[in-house]
Amino acid sequence: MFVLPFAFLIGLGCFDYWFYWAAGKPTRAEDHSSHGATSWKSYFHPNTDHKVIGIQYTVHSFFFLFVGGLMAMLMRAELAQPGRQFVDANTFNGLFSVHASILIFLFIIPVFAGLANFVLPLMIGAPDMAFPRLNALSFWLLPCAGVLMLASFFAPGGSFASGWTAYAPLSTTAPLGQMFFTIAVQFAGASSIATALNFLVTIITMRAPGMSFFRMPLLAWANFSTSLLVVIATPFIAASQFFVLLDYALGFHFFDADKGGDVLMYQHVFWFYSHPAVYIMMLPGFGIVSEVLAVKARKPIFGYRMMAFSLLAIVVLGFTVWAHHMFVSGMQSWIRIPMMVTTAIIAVPTGIKIFSWLATLWRGVIRLDTPMLFALGFLTMFTCGGISGVMLAMIPLDIHVSDTYFIVAHIHYVLFGGSLFTIFAGVYYWFPKMTGRMYDEKLGKLHFWTTFVFFNATFAPMHIIGVNGMPRRVADYADQFATWNLVISLASFCLGLSSLIFAYNMVASWRGGARAVANPWRALTLEWQVSSPPPVFNFDQVPTVVGGPYEYGVPGAVHGIFGPAAPAEAKATPAGTHAQPPTE
Amino acid sequence: MVIVGLIASVLGIALGLVIDWFPAQGSEQAKKIDTFWDVLIICSVPVFVLVTGVVLYSARYFRMRPGEENLDGPPIHGNTRLEVVWTAIPAIMLMALCTYAYLVLHDIEKAPAAGNERQIQVNGQQFTWTFDYNEGGKKFSSAQLYVPEGESVKFNVKTRDVLHDFWVPAWRMKIDAVPGITTNYRVTPIKLGTYPVVCAELCGLGHAFMRQTAHVLPKAQYAAWVKKMSAPAAGGAAAGGAGGAAPAVDAKALFQQGETQTGATACGGCHKLADAGTAGGVGPELDQVLKGKDAAFIKESILNPNAEIAAGFDKGIMPDTYSKLLTGPEVDALVKYLEEVAAK
Ligand code: HEM
Ligand SMILES: [Cu+2]
Repeated sequence: MFVLPFAFLIGLGCFDYWFYWAAGKPTRAEDHSSHGATSWKSYFHPNTDHKVIGIQYTVHSFFFLFVGGLMAMLMRAELAQPGRQFVDANTFNGLFSVHASILIFLFIIPVFAGLANFVLPLMIGAPDMAFPRLNALSFWLLPCAGVLMLASFFAPGGSFASGWTAYAPLSTTAPLGQMFFTIAVQFAGASSIATALNFLVTIITMRAPGMSFFRMPLLAWANFSTSLLVVIATPFIAASQFFVLLDYALGFHFFDADKGGDVLMYQHVFWFYSHPAVYIMMLPGFGIVSEVLAVKARKPIFGYRMMAFSLLAIVVLGFTVWAHHMFVSGMQSWIRIPMMVTTAIIAVPTGIKIFSWLATLWRGVIRLDTPMLFALGFLTMFTCGGISGVMLAMIPLDIHVSDTYFIVAHIHYVLFGGSLFTIFAGVYYWFPKMTGRMYDEKLGKLHFWTTFVFFNATFAPMHIIGVNGMPRRVADYADQFATWNLVISLASFCLGLSSLIFAYNMVASWRGGARAVANPWRALTLEWQVSSPPPVFNFDQVPTVVGGPYEYGVPGAVHGIFGPAAPAEAKATPAGTHAQPPTE
Repeated sequence: MVIVGLIASVLGIALGLVIDWFPAQGSEQAKKIDTFWDVLIICSVPVFVLVTGVVLYSARYFRMRPGEENLDGPPIHGNTRLEVVWTAIPAIMLMALCTYAYLVLHDIEKAPAAGNERQIQVNGQQFTWTFDYNEGGKKFSSAQLYVPEGESVKFNVKTRDVLHDFWVPAWRMKIDAVPGITTNYRVTPIKLGTYPVVCAELCGLGHAFMRQTAHVLPKAQYAAWVKKMSAPAAGGAAAGGAGGAAPAVDAKALFQQGETQTGATACGGCHKLADAGTAGGVGPELDQVLKGKDAAFIKESILNPNAEIAAGFDKGIMPDTYSKLLTGPEVDALVKYLEEVAAK
């Protein structure tokens, strides 16, 4: 399982330069032979252009969104009625485990890395990422992880079935399929760590002249914070899964209580990653929403500095709350109290962000197009998820609802209503930049409204059945929950169908949409000041940053100018001032 | 707008309080937790209304009108006073909630002021619970949970294999059963009746079917039940038991509940059998696979389950310990029972 992916990567040429180096051949730093896309085929080869990699990442992640969504549909089909209909208990456990693992490790985390890969270097005025070859390797590690997870269904004994949390000792005594998870996570984790390092170095060293930290767009801040989280936290999940591997394959006794192992240790190490991971899955979305809201409301972000500081506060606090996942785990009871308090405190910086976004909307000139609708949908739905989060932080309530459908509702309000909505907002917003085409606005709005309505119809009732006593991760349930489950299943099928609108819109618009102008949104940030799609090396002239990124409404405000020698050139004139007609 | 917001909040809170969220309020602990929930609803609804209200208001009144395509909003960069306010108010609210939560937690976990507290040991195993009692020195176990009304009980929770979680939704309390340690919580049941016992921590194939029943009895009835359970005859069936005096085995009960003395798992935890009313979906449905099979096959399947596996199922899932945990008469009774049922 380890060897095959490496063979695959070597075959692709991901390690060519390592071999050149080892063999003493010259490694040319300025070798651009694998840079930029020449045709659609280029997207299926390792490429060092951050724009190509960004698109590879994004499309690849959406593929897994649909695979994971399909598994959700299967689960909901089984759960539509009590009793056993379509799949047996083992397959069902496999389905929710693979569903969650794929959506977390192969969709949410990488799709954010993909969007940022495309826009971040452009936004900060860099020609590429700091380590283009590492960037390519990070991407190609992902299909290895994805294929492993899906292939687990063919393992003897079925796919891994102990949830995406893989709690020991269930995982250490499971059939072979479990190892597919254990090893796939190593590849996905290595990929995110490498990307995060790449982002950190890029943001720190490759900003355009004049781009101080406090002139960076918030998307850059968000990815800076996320990357810090990734670099510090991800080794912990790698470790937890190596422990499982050693227990499983070599009979170590890390988690074998009879032999002196400690079961709770697994949970501590696991959540020490996986709590920060929920911010890894959310902070980049905060960045996207900040970009979209400022541009679409035509106002500067309210309280820019507090927005940046609250991100950093979340990074620091994010490491102090992990055991709130363990209130009923049987750990020492005093730990629960400080964890409850820190968890409540982390809601404060999050609240600051929500209120600042609201204030940004206030008295703006709001364009209610698709990206904006998703951003506003995010604001309301994420608030729901945040509120149920605070409820869960309160120990007495968590004792009752922990491990019930209330949790499932909460997860989906933050991951679907939160992260996925920001991802949709971002994909629509940058679609013209990435593809050079416009998406279909009507279909986009239809997609938003169907998603919004059926999302709530699917997940809101889960709060009720959860509090009412339905445990999570079950293929069968007591008859009293039958009515709600049928409603939920029907709504979820509609939700599944609504994603087809999105898929159609993306494919059709990419192939035949109207050509996009350089700056259709009259945005100030740098990525919109170059053509759509951008030139191979991003900027023909090095931009110089002379002001903040969101100076909408400030007469004559400029964020960046191109080439210090020729600030007056037509192309350099920024859009977004009062008097000016839309660019082009 | 403020008025609309207030009305919406009041309506939202009313709705939140009217919805019948919880199952039966079966314990002292449940009362406190349910009140706590009401407070959370009262605090949460206005927050949600505020955010949604501002979004809807902005979408309606600040929306771009035709002719405003090139207009920008006023360049407001911030307002320190406002920012302090919306940092401080949530912080104060949250700290108040934490304090309240702490008090409730203290309340629901504290030991009863006077008297001896009953202790019951809860054993989780794939995929059933057994309950060990120690009533005035008399020890016995049961596959069903019985407790008297109105007295505090402390559950000491253990597991024989992987993690489980002992949860009675009507009592609101739950805790993991963790290999290597004993966890616990206490409840004071206040409502007579029967309530589901649920496993809330994924424990493998049969996790969904790991459901049993808790019975809350009046004190006198509970005492009678204890007497019955601790009388030598009731528990003696499994012990030695070769003598002709051993009472007849109730095979159906054995199928539904397992052998609590030795810890043999209930067949019905995993197998569906219409006659016994069990719904387990881990193993094959016995109504179907046993059609036309003879006693020898059934006996072999119980004692040596891996010898022949029904299509679509894997080896090693059904425990192979029944030959040790069940006595000869018990196995024979089961075989006879299943044969009869299958022939129907
Ligand atoms: C159509 C959309 C979706 C539906 C109908 C759906 C449905 C489900 C269902 C039925 C479960 C199993 C609950 C259980 O028994 O534990 C589940 C679990 C989960 N889902 Fe989804 N899901 C959807 C989308 C998503 C998305 C977009 C994400 C995240 C990016 C996601 C992340 C998760 C996670 C983390 C779990 C937890 C699994 C666990 O219990 O360990 N889901 N989902
Ligand atoms: Cu269990």
